[in-house]
Order: sequence, then C-alpha cells, then structure tokens
Amino acid sequence: MYVSAVFLPLIGSFIAGILVFIGANTEPEKKKNIDQMAQMVTVGAMLLSAVAATIAFIDVVVYGNTVVIKVWTWVESGSLKFSWELRGDTLSLIMLLMVTWVGSMIHIYSIGYMSHDNSIPRFMSYLSLFTFFMLMLVTSNNLIQLFFGWEGVGLASYLLIGFWYNRPSACAAAIKAFVVNRVGDFGFVLGIFATFLLFDTINFDAIFGLAEGKSNAVITVFGGEFHALTVICLLLFVGAMGKSAQLGLHTWLPDAMEGPTPVSALIHAATMVTAGVFMVARLSPLFEYSDTALTVVILVGASTAIFAATIACVQNDIKRVIAYSTCSQLGYMFFALGVSAYSAGMFHLITHAFFKALLFLGAGSVIHAMSDEQDMRKMGGLYKLIPVTYVLMWVGSLALAGIWPFSGFYSKDIVLEAAWGAHTGIGYYAFWMGIVAAFLTAFYSWRLLILTFHGESRADEITFAHVHESPKVMILPLVFLAIGALFVGILSFNFFVGDQAAEFWGNSILILSSHPALENAHHVPIWVKYLPLFVGVAGIALAYLMYMFAPELPGALANGFHRTHHFLVRKWYFDEIYDRLFVKPAFALGYGFWKSGDGALIDGVGPDGIAATTLNIARRAGALQSGYLYHYAFAMLLGIAGLTTWFLVTMS
Amino acid sequence: MTNFPWLSVITFAPMIGVLFILLIRGNPEVEARNTRAVALWTSLITFAVSMGIWVKFDNAIVGFQFEEKAVWMESLGLAYHLGVDGISMFFILLSTLLTVLCIAASWISITDRVKEYMISFLVLETLMIGMFSALDLVLFYVFFEGVLIPMFLIIGVWGGSRRNYAAFKFFLYTLVGSVLMLLAILTMIFESGTADITTLLNHDFPVSLQPWLWLAFFASFAVKVPMWPVHTWLPDAHVEAPTAGSVILAGVLLKFGGYGFLRFSLPMFPIASADFTPFIFGLSVIAIIYTSLVALAQEDMKKLIAYSSVAHMGFVTMGCFAANQQGIEGAIFQMLSHGVVSAALFLVVGIVYDRIHSREISAYGGLVHRMPFYAFIFMVFMLASVGLPGTSGFVGEFLILIGTFQVNTWVALLGATGVIIGAAYMLYLYRRVIFGELTKEDLKKILDVSPREIAVFAPLILIVFFMGIYPIPFLDVMHSSVENLLERYQSALAAHDAVAILAK
Repeated sequence: MYVSAVFLPLIGSFIAGILVFIGANTEPEKKKNIDQMAQMVTVGAMLLSAVAATIAFIDVVVYGNTVVIKVWTWVESGSLKFSWELRGDTLSLIMLLMVTWVGSMIHIYSIGYMSHDNSIPRFMSYLSLFTFFMLMLVTSNNLIQLFFGWEGVGLASYLLIGFWYNRPSACAAAIKAFVVNRVGDFGFVLGIFATFLLFDTINFDAIFGLAEGKSNAVITVFGGEFHALTVICLLLFVGAMGKSAQLGLHTWLPDAMEGPTPVSALIHAATMVTAGVFMVARLSPLFEYSDTALTVVILVGASTAIFAATIACVQNDIKRVIAYSTCSQLGYMFFALGVSAYSAGMFHLITHAFFKALLFLGAGSVIHAMSDEQDMRKMGGLYKLIPVTYVLMWVGSLALAGIWPFSGFYSKDIVLEAAWGAHTGIGYYAFWMGIVAAFLTAFYSWRLLILTFHGESRADEITFAHVHESPKVMILPLVFLAIGALFVGILSFNFFVGDQAAEFWGNSILILSSHPALENAHHVPIWVKYLPLFVGVAGIALAYLMYMFAPELPGALANGFHRTHHFLVRKWYFDEIYDRLFVKPAFALGYGFWKSGDGALIDGVGPDGIAATTLNIARRAGALQSGYLYHYAFAMLLGIAGLTTWFLVTMS
Repeated sequence: MTNFPWLSVITFAPMIGVLFILLIRGNPEVEARNTRAVALWTSLITFAVSMGIWVKFDNAIVGFQFEEKAVWMESLGLAYHLGVDGISMFFILLSTLLTVLCIAASWISITDRVKEYMISFLVLETLMIGMFSALDLVLFYVFFEGVLIPMFLIIGVWGGSRRNYAAFKFFLYTLVGSVLMLLAILTMIFESGTADITTLLNHDFPVSLQPWLWLAFFASFAVKVPMWPVHTWLPDAHVEAPTAGSVILAGVLLKFGGYGFLRFSLPMFPIASADFTPFIFGLSVIAIIYTSLVALAQEDMKKLIAYSSVAHMGFVTMGCFAANQQGIEGAIFQMLSHGVVSAALFLVVGIVYDRIHSREISAYGGLVHRMPFYAFIFMVFMLASVGLPGTSGFVGEFLILIGTFQVNTWVALLGATGVIIGAAYMLYLYRRVIFGELTKEDLKKILDVSPREIAVFAPLILIVFFMGIYPIPFLDVMHSSVENLLERYQSALAAHDAVAILAK
C-alpha cells in the first residue's frame, strides 16, 4: 500500500510525459483525446494513491504498525551507506495523507482551470511528478533521500513556475526560485556533511539514537570549535528557510505566482513550502538538544510572520497577497517548532494546507472568471456573479483569520498559546509578533475580499460581461477543501495537540521535558486565549471601515505615510538589495575574470605571451645576420677580447 | 577463455577497422558511406567486447586483472604490460562507448575527408584504451602523448575558423607538461630500475625526490584536467573542434589528468601528495568558483560548457586529494558522470549547430516550440550537470564534497558554492536557448531530433539515470582498488611521520 501510494503519481507522470510527445504533432481532434487521456491517467493515479495513503494511514497511525520499507541500496562508500527507503510513522503519514488528497483535488481542479491551455499533458505530468517528489520527501528515512525529494520538488516547482515559458517574467521567476532554493540547499548539504562528520551515518534512526549521547559534543568546522548539534541544526535550517521562504530567502515565493494558479495552490501554499516545517519536525530529536538553534528558528519564524504580513497589506495582485500570506503563516509554523511545540506547528501546517489551497483555488476561480486578470484594482462587485466562489473565499478567509469554529482558529490559537507558554523572552517576542500579524492577516484577507467582490466594478465592460461561475470540475475540489477548512481543526485538535496527542504521535516527535511550552499552552491566562480571536475580528472591522465605509481612507493613509507605504510596496527592497549585492557582481566578476583573468593575464603572459616573445627574439636574432663581413669580424674580435680577459683574470 | 587477451584485443581492435578503411576504394560517395559503416561497426564491436571485461571483472580482487605481459627491452626493464583495476576499468568502457557515439554523431556533419576523419577517431580510440590499461611507464607515456596527434589533427583539420590557433594552443600547453613528465619518468626508471607500474606502486621513492617527481607529473596532469590557471586552452579547443572532437575531449581526454593523479601521484609520491594537498585544494576551489562565474558571462554555448567542464573537474581534483574513500570514489564517479554528461551536452550543442551553424546563444531562443524532444534531452543533461539528485552528477559531487568535508570544511564550503552558481549558469543558458517566443526567422523551420540523433542520446540518458538511482554496480567495482590505494597512501604517511618523530 505504502509503496504504491508513493509511486503511483510517478507512473501517472511518466505516462502523461509520453503523451506530451505523442500529442506534439497531431491534429486538434486527436489532441483533445490525448489531453483527456493524460488527465484521466494522472487524476486516476492520484486518486488511487490517495486511497492507498488512507489505508496506509489507518494501518500505521490507527493500528500503530510503524514501518520502514527498503527499496534498494542507493550508495555505499566507506562508512557512508544509505538506501532508498520509505519510512512510515505518524509524521510521514500525516503528510502523505494531506499531500495525496490535496494533490488529488488540485489535479481535478486543473482539468477545468487549464482547459483552454495548449499543453495539458505536460501540465498534468509536471503536477504528478511534483507529487511524487513530495511523497519521497515526506517518507524519506535518511537525509539524502530527504534531499532528493527536496531538490526534486524544487525542479518541479521550477518547471511549473516556468510553465508558460513564452513569458520572460515566468522564466525569470522560475530561475530565481531554483537558484534561491539552491542557496538554501547549500546550507542543507553542509548540514548533511556535518551530520556525517559527527555521527558517521546519515540515517534517521541511527542519528536519533545517537543524538542524546552527542548532545554535548563539539565539532571543529570553519576554523572554530562549536557545539556540534547547533552547527548541524543551523545549517539544515538554512535549507528549511530556502524551501519555506523565510525571511531573507523568501524573495522567490511572490515571483513564483507567475505559475498557473493550481501550481500556486499545490506547491506554493499547501505542500512544498511546508517541507521546511516538516524537516524541522522530523529532526526534532536533533533540534531539541540545541537551544540556540531553536531560538534562531523562533526568531526567523516570528520575524517572517510579521514582515510578510505587512507587505501583504499593500499588494494589489490577488495572488501575491495570498503568497505573502503563505510566507507569514509559515512563520507561525516555524516559531511553533522553535518553542518545541512541533505538533502545534504540524497542526497549523495541515489546517493551513486546506484553507490556503482553498484561497488560492478560489482566487484562481476569480482569475478564470475575470479572463486572467489578477489585479484587484480592476475587480470589484463580483459577488453576485460568482456567488459560490464568493462563499468559498469567505470560508477560506475566516479560517485564515482564525475565526471560531474554522480550522485556523484552533491551530493558530495553539501556536500562539505555545509561544506564550514557552515563558522565555524570545517566546514572548514570537507571541506578540504573532498577535500583530494575526491582526494584519485578518485585515488583508478582508481587504482582498472587499476589493474583489464588493463595491463598484472597476473592470472593463468586455471582461465584466464575460464573468461566469467556474465549472463543476473546479467547484467540487473547492467544496472538498472548504469542508477541510471547516472541520479539520475541530476534528483533529485532540489528536494533534490535545489529550490523545502522545498516543497519536508515537515516537515520531521528541520533546524534552525541559521544553514544556506545549504543555503550558493549555494553561494560559484567559486573555491570551482570546486575544487572537479579538485581533482577528478587529482586523476584519478595520478592513470594512477602510475599504467599505470610508474608501478614501487608504489613499489618504498611503499619501500621509508616503515613505512607509513605498517601503512596503517595494517589499522592503529585498530584491533591489540582492540584485546589487549578488546578481550584478556575479555577472561582472564573471565577465572580468573572463576578459582580464583568462584573456589578458593568463593567455597574455602564458601561451600568447610566450609565442609573441619567441617571435620577437627570433626577429632580433635574425637582424644579426646582416651579411656584412666586417660585422662578423667585429663580433669575432669582441669575442677574442672577452676570452682573453677572462683567461687573464682567472689565471691570476 | 581465461587466457584470452581481452585488453590487447580491445586496444587494437580499432586498428583492424583502420586497416579495412584504408582498403576502401570507389567514388567519393560510396567511399564515404562504406567508411562510415566500417568505422561504426568497428567501434560497436570494440564496445561490445569491452563490456566483457565488466562482466568478467572480479570486484574482490585488489590488484590488477586481465594482465598481459611481454618483455620489450629487458635491459631497461621495459615491457608490454597491460591490466586494469577498479580505478581504470570504467574509463575503458567510457572510451569505447563515446567513440561509438562520436562516429554516429559525425554521420552527416562530416563530409570532407571522411576516411581520414574516421581513421583519426579509431586511432584515438586505440590510444585512449591503451593509456588506461598500460602498466608500464614508457608504454603509458607513449599512449598518453600519442593521443595528442589525432586530437591535434581533428581540431586542426575539421575544426572551425580559428582552428589553427586552437590546435597549437592545445598542443603547446599539453606538450610543455609532458616534457617534464618524461624527465620524471626517466628519473623514476633510473632510480628504481624498473618501468613496471605494479612494482612502482609499492616502491618507496626518496622523500627528497618525491616533490620534484610530483611536480613534474603535476605539470602534465594539471594541463590535462585542466586545472586553473592552465585551463585556457580548453575553451578555445572546444569552440574550434568539431562536435565529436569536443565529445572525446571533454568525455575522455580530460580524465587523463584525474586518472594520472590516482594512478601515479597519490600512490607513488604519497609524502609529496600530502604536502601539496593544500595547494591542490586551493587551485580546485579557485577553478570551481572562478570558472563558474566565467561560465555565467559566456555568449558562446560551447565555451560555456567548456568552462563548466573546468569547474566540474575542479571537484574531481578536490576529491582525489581529499584522500579518503568517499572523496576518491566520488572523484572517479564524477569523472565517469562528467564523461557522459559533458559529452552529451556537446552533442546537444552539435544538434543545433548542424542545423543553424551558430554557437552564439543569442542566435537561439524559443526552440521548445519546434523541438520538444530536443528540449527534453537538453533538460535531462542540464539537470545532470547541475547535480540534481537522481542523476549521475549528484552522486559524484556529493561523495566528493562529503569526503572533502571530513578533511577540510572550508574547502568543502567553498566548493559547494559552485553548486549554486552552476545552477545559475545552466538554467540561464537553457532559458535563453530553449524558452521564450520563437521569433528568429531561421529558427522557424528548424527540425526536431532525428531517429539517428535519438539513438545517440538514448544510451546516455539511460546511463545518467542509472548511475544516479542505482550507482552501486559502479561503486562496487571501485571499492577494493580504492581501499588498497588508501592503505598504501596512509601507511606511507604513517611511516614517514614515525621517521620524523624518531629524528626529533
């Protein structure tokens, strides 16, 4: 069951890939059949995989039959040995279940969303390929297979962001995503190397078994002696920051919205970007022994949560608002991990997957209705025309804003309470940042809703006349996700972080007794418990005030705080700074090394220089052969004089 | 079949083909056609036979296998001595495989002096196989230098517009190194009284002599690898060489250097190798970062891939001198992987060069619209080149870096930056060539890859994934020989340290 759940999407992707080439040069009618075949194969494989994952989930989580399935040995060299293995414990299976079901829904949705596209088999193939890599990632049993899935989803992300390769902006965004992720991966691989240096193995069970014994070990790297597990965790966390778009390495995520909307929902909201969160949770037996690393995780997470939320408030592209929102919500997950509330972080990951995928697909439905318009300034007044989408967006936004009884309420609450419950300075920092971000989250969500669906239409007439509700094939997945956004929180609260948590998680997460944040989270003051809900409602109220009742207010504010507004619109200038700091210098250095280094210096002094010198000397030597007798006689005379002198000097 | 002279047969089988080609007569068209057929069949048979040594190779044997020995000049201790171990075996297969592909890839693009061209390639094949299997210093030297001649001709006769400059630059660079190596070889023979490599592998050269011998060999190998700063011949040679020439150059000839370090420098001059390790690490790191950045700025496809080769070979030298199991096995693996991937990338460039006759990146764009198959093939090798896990490129790079990290964390850190820049220049190249709208007039009628071209790429794609997903059969072959090499290296160092301590 477990193996088929992981590999079915690969088979689907492979078949769809072959159909790409078969369909490349066929006439339109036949192409339609091929398109349908590709859709059926990939969707079928995904649904089967989801069913298999459900069965496996029941077996492993409900009956407690944790498994490790070895496929074959991958690499063996000296003491380094690792295999292709599928690890089945609670943590893996939660992810497996979420990825396969959300993935299936998005596959189905894509049938409708991409119906006018020219390259349907290619799209379906990429989508399934992505799912396969994601499943390899969450079921890995060693760091290298994790890295395989990690880079694999990066590849799929690259392919899908650049799916519409005619657009220069899509190509640029695709490269940016891959390269920025590579920067994170650079930290990741160094972390793997350091792990191997310390443990002499990179297999999870072995590392986790040895971690306690090495909790005080030191390691000599980069010219200094450091606490070994801190070094390892921080390096690995750099990888997590890249994939999960945390502050500093987040720049690729907003640009990634160049991809088709189902991609944004699947990869850049529900699954891939949460890989970093999953990784930290998976490595909890390492992170637990390094308070420094955990502190860094909190700091980065909390800062990202607030940073991204501020930017989301001023964006005008409907997808970018949601993208920054994702960035911000990932920050929540990270600071939950940082206070050792791994299960709370995972809880928010799962609920977020549902409501964020719902929001993205809802936005996709809007964009589809608006003939590919994404700018909210050109929308408005849509709620009567696409009422189903409107309602579904409401559900998603309520969940995102953490309003009772939607899933976001449960998960965001426990995350914030855990941050408070850590009772540390950095924990309080995370709590307050989270509270402010929660306020902003509610605000920008309703800003989005109001700008898109209410008020007068700002679209041109042709577009507006063409607005239509999406077909059933798109609405049904939305309904499924909406049900998830409604009930996942309330239904699974007990298992993830409540009374049954210990039994539910089994051995897949380790929390030391010195990190009681999650335990304390259940005993926080009453105001801590209700503050998130209160700021959520306040944020919504402010959005209504600013965009519904006093629409001249936003403009006035933007003018009044011109600098701040510009700073936010320019996204804190990260892109500009990186461009100046890294991109331009890299090209300049490359050009300089090429022309001056290779050309002028090495060739100039080396082969070309030697050739020129040889030629020069030969010419001068040639000039000596003048042909005049007296020249030669003179030379002989000089020679004789020289010899005689030398003879006389040495004799005496 | 135990006494079947496998290596001699593989080495000289191409020469039989040459003989047949020399006999071909007829009008030019018939002559060219028959020549191609004979050359292809010869190389195919040679490849098929060479697979036999993999099948019959015994992974457990530490020393050399398939040994053949005939006395040549007894007084000087010279012999015709062939044999392979886990370090050299795959390079022979790489040579025979790539020769087949080169001949197939030149099917249409070479119309001028077909006979001489094919003869050059077959002679080249003999010399390459001989060089990897020679177990006698002088024999090794003959093959090692002999390779220069057909390669020089291939660039100089069938090359591009600046072929003379490139051919001479190539020749001069490599010759300077090899003169020094010849001196070292003579010194070694006089010092030890034998030219037999199996004996020399266990001969302890005087510690005072080792640095000089090491440097002399280094001069030759560093040019071949090529290491920074003696790499500037490579971009020119690649740009001017015909496609198949580039394929062999990148695929096999560059491996001579890495192979040489492992066969000679490390086991024969262990003390010097240990002393020079920081020096090699320095050059390797510079090579990786410097040439990766240069690759980013290239405007010519072949030059870009040539520079990327230098960067990838920087990993190889780094791994060799990390001197541990992962480093060295990674280095060998990386050489094999690079042999396949860079060869394939040059073939990829050759495909569009055959159609448009331009290597300028700016002459292309939007090829995916007309050439989806081509875009796929290019994508596979691009990903292997950036070392995506699941492709052969990852295993080699990863083993090298993890091996190096055990020895020197800074070197591994700096080397790993090459992985970032590598992704940048390859994706940037791919985007400019493949993606975007198809606007250029002459590209609007470009044809996708033909069945012949697919036949050339198919085995390479299979190898790339096979080596990436299941590299065990390759690594298993290496284990015993690499362990043996390391044992020899470590014990020599330990003995030296013991002497040094005693002297105090």
